[in-house]
Amino acid sequence: MSLFDGRKKELNEEIESHLRMAAADRVAAGATPEDARRDAMREFGNVPLVADVTRERWGWLRMENLMQDLRYTWRTLKRERSFAAVAILILALGIGANVVVFSVVNTVLLRPLPFDHSQELAWIAGGGGVGGLSDVTYRTDSYEAFRDHNQSFRAVAGFVPFRAPDFKLTGYGEPKPVAGVWVMADFLQTLGIQPMLGRDFTAQEALPGSASVALLTYPYWKTQFHGDQSIVGRSITLDNMPVTVVGVLPPSFDFGSVFAPGTKTDLVRAIHPYDVRNYGHMFSLVGRLKPGVTPAQAQAEVSVLFPQMRDALKTQNWASDANTVITGLKEHVSGELRRSLIVLWCAVGMILLIVCVNLSNLLMARAAGRSKEFAMRTALGAGRGRIVRQLLTESLLLSSAGALLGLGLAFAAVMYLAHQGSLALPLLSEVRIDTASLLWTLAIAMVAAVLFGIVPAVRVSGINLQETLKDSGHGTSAGRKHQRIRSTLVVSEIALACVLLVGAGLLLRSFLKVMDVDLGFQPSHTAALPITFNATTDEQRGEVLHEMVRRVGDLPGVEATAFTDSLPLDRNRSWGLQAKGRTYPPDWNNDIYVSVVSPGFFRAMGIRIVAGRDFAWTDALKGTQVILINEATAKRDWPGQNPVGKIAVGVGRGETTVIGVVANVPESSVEKASTPQVYVPVTQSNDLADQLLIVRSSLPLDSLAPSVMSTLRSMNPGQPATTFRTLDSVVDHSTSPRRFFAVLVGIFAGLGLLLASLGIYGVISYAVTRQTQEIGVRMALGATRERVQMGVISRTLRMAVIGIAVGTVASFVVAKTISTMLFGTEPTDPVTFVGVAVLLLGVAFVAGYLPARRAARIDPMVALRSE
Amino acid sequence: MKTQDKFDLPQGTLDLLIMRVVALGPIHGYAIAQRIQQMSREALQVQQGSLYPALHRLEYKKLLASNWELSETGREAKFYELTVKGRAHLEVETENWKRLTDVVGLILKGTLEGLS
Repeated sequence: MSLFDGRKKELNEEIESHLRMAAADRVAAGATPEDARRDAMREFGNVPLVADVTRERWGWLRMENLMQDLRYTWRTLKRERSFAAVAILILALGIGANVVVFSVVNTVLLRPLPFDHSQELAWIAGGGGVGGLSDVTYRTDSYEAFRDHNQSFRAVAGFVPFRAPDFKLTGYGEPKPVAGVWVMADFLQTLGIQPMLGRDFTAQEALPGSASVALLTYPYWKTQFHGDQSIVGRSITLDNMPVTVVGVLPPSFDFGSVFAPGTKTDLVRAIHPYDVRNYGHMFSLVGRLKPGVTPAQAQAEVSVLFPQMRDALKTQNWASDANTVITGLKEHVSGELRRSLIVLWCAVGMILLIVCVNLSNLLMARAAGRSKEFAMRTALGAGRGRIVRQLLTESLLLSSAGALLGLGLAFAAVMYLAHQGSLALPLLSEVRIDTASLLWTLAIAMVAAVLFGIVPAVRVSGINLQETLKDSGHGTSAGRKHQRIRSTLVVSEIALACVLLVGAGLLLRSFLKVMDVDLGFQPSHTAALPITFNATTDEQRGEVLHEMVRRVGDLPGVEATAFTDSLPLDRNRSWGLQAKGRTYPPDWNNDIYVSVVSPGFFRAMGIRIVAGRDFAWTDALKGTQVILINEATAKRDWPGQNPVGKIAVGVGRGETTVIGVVANVPESSVEKASTPQVYVPVTQSNDLADQLLIVRSSLPLDSLAPSVMSTLRSMNPGQPATTFRTLDSVVDHSTSPRRFFAVLVGIFAGLGLLLASLGIYGVISYAVTRQTQEIGVRMALGATRERVQMGVISRTLRMAVIGIAVGTVASFVVAKTISTMLFGTEPTDPVTFVGVAVLLLGVAFVAGYLPARRAARIDPMVALRSE
Repeated sequence: MKTQDKFDLPQGTLDLLIMRVVALGPIHGYAIAQRIQQMSREALQVQQGSLYPALHRLEYKKLLASNWELSETGREAKFYELTVKGRAHLEVETENWKRLTDVVGLILKGTLEGLS
């Protein structure tokens, strides 16, 4: 109505001016102004009524036409329920897939991060922004120097990205593990996050010696404390120490979804850089740029500043800082996904195209049957525009219904995706159907309606009147032309499906190749369990763990068990290692991933010992300091030599002796070549990143859990109730993004194939129906059933072959553009290309076979009689 | 049956009359009513309840265009004029009307003669 407000006012003014002039004339004729006005009003009649009636004229004609079209469409579609149902379902699938992918793209790529003025936030990473966590993180001293000397940032704050051992919550039933993350006191403030309840950390709170404080995340507050507001200000016990809950974070803040995809966070604790001054590289840094400063300008500054500071601080051992890279936080979080998501977006776009082609085809088939109806309407005076509008109204109604249903499907799919907490994709938990998604739905519904509606509408409305009304409707030239357009549509459908299938095939093969990579360890039948143990002295630690491993190892079904502080493909940390006595070039990268493990670790993990021996419980604290290295280290630090027995420096206390070499194990990604790794015995090191017990079993792991847990409890009553984390799930987590994309593209390709086969079937089946008489005549003249059947099938295959040929050429181009997403698979992979061609031919054969069989069963007598 | 001095317009003729009056030059609603009355020698009284809906319908069909201008009384009023489309339409309709009245007249005359 507001649309008409301006005109409504104008109309009132117009009527008012009329009344004024009428009154003025009467005054001129001698009436008093009051009488004149009254008289004029009386003559005019009921002013508001006239205004109402006049207003109705404005939109009336258009509305009337539209209503008429809608009513007519409704009646038509009600008559053809099965057609409407199929059309709406196909549209719903196509539009739904598009809405889901758009929602993901919108969240991950388009929408700003869920932080205040998030465009000002930048990611600050050392080591060129690549490499292990120890390369991209900063020491306390370089953080402080950078924070105090830079000109680009308003604030710089950090968190500890290294996986902290889970805290142990006591006082609420059985001890429970709590996933915490350490952040600097001003970290949340830098991001612009306000606690929902309570308050943020204060600077004093994180000073050494101050009381421990924590902020709860919203989901943890809801599940563990049932949303109890009085928890704020209360103390909870973590690792047997009192920690005060000062607040609850808002539901919009999900630390994991931005900074550590695929992990959950229960609470956030304040750490002070002083406390970890001597820990080496500890902090991932986020900065808030000053207004007007771009990441590029900040980059220019840090490129100069960090080398200066390095020289001033004399930390030449930590060269990675000097190569600091500044990226927008958004780019850091979603940059790696950009390409994959765009490919996904294109894939669903193609699905939508196939859907439109399919619908076009259905409408053409239907329109052919309705040509008389339209000819009649034209004869009765409907203009060509009116008929096109009528048909477009039909498409619009169909696509709107499809969009509604698709939106419902998309809603369910998005809900499902947002709750896939273990998928290592950033921001996934933030995905939802928002206003932008709704607008997108509306837009594609309109575009789709025009796309699939326009060809049939124009074709139908252009029908020659007389011809159509005279024509009995079978095998005429108009029908042939129709058929040609429909065949073209089917060919393009097959070509599109071919491109989708090739893309999906290549991604799927890459995924299989990734799954086939020699991991260097055997994840099946093996699980890790977070544990705690009581050892007050370093000597005791070895004894306690030895006892634990022995007792758990004695349980029936346990094949091997051992202790470790880190898992492959999980969070990692690195130290530096060099061969004693070797001179290295100045810029040498001596980074090495480190794990602290117990004897038996390699057997429990299924890691091959290539040379030398495993650790022994007798490798005592005060004895010879020993390490094992992987093959990559052997190659880097002792090239061409046997490293067993050699001395290394940099890891552990002073000099360490290499006692063995083990196979490479992937650290951060299955798809990257292994880098140097070193293993340190837990009997000689207390520098633990985590505390995990590895259990390899011949029994199902679930059935083993209670006996393992009770054994651990009997040794340490404070052992938190935790669940087994299978190594398979660790590997899955690491490969989950690739699987996610391969599966999605696979689903879309399947959808494309289904739609294409429907299209083929529809066209051939329709052609057979139309040619019933022709076939009947031919059979009466002596054509055999086989011949008729072969004719129909060969026609189907001809369309398929053309479609596949076009699609294959297009696929070569598409495959080139996605070549960087492939792993161990050439973009011209012959298996995929041939496989897709064969698959499409097979599907086309089946889709053509059904109508062909029907054609072969035509009884010539019946067909001819019906003429 | 007694003929009346003033009578209601047959359906559709009001549009024709309006266009005819507007064809003489830009004119506002009140003047259109006055003019029709004058030109019909007071025989036709335009119901203002149907004048404005008709004007707006013609404007919507793009047969008329409108403009706010100063009227002779010095106040703003909405002036209507014929569009090109309106002028063509008027010509066609006028022709149709003439033919219709001729035919109707012919028949009525014949009938009356036949009756007498």
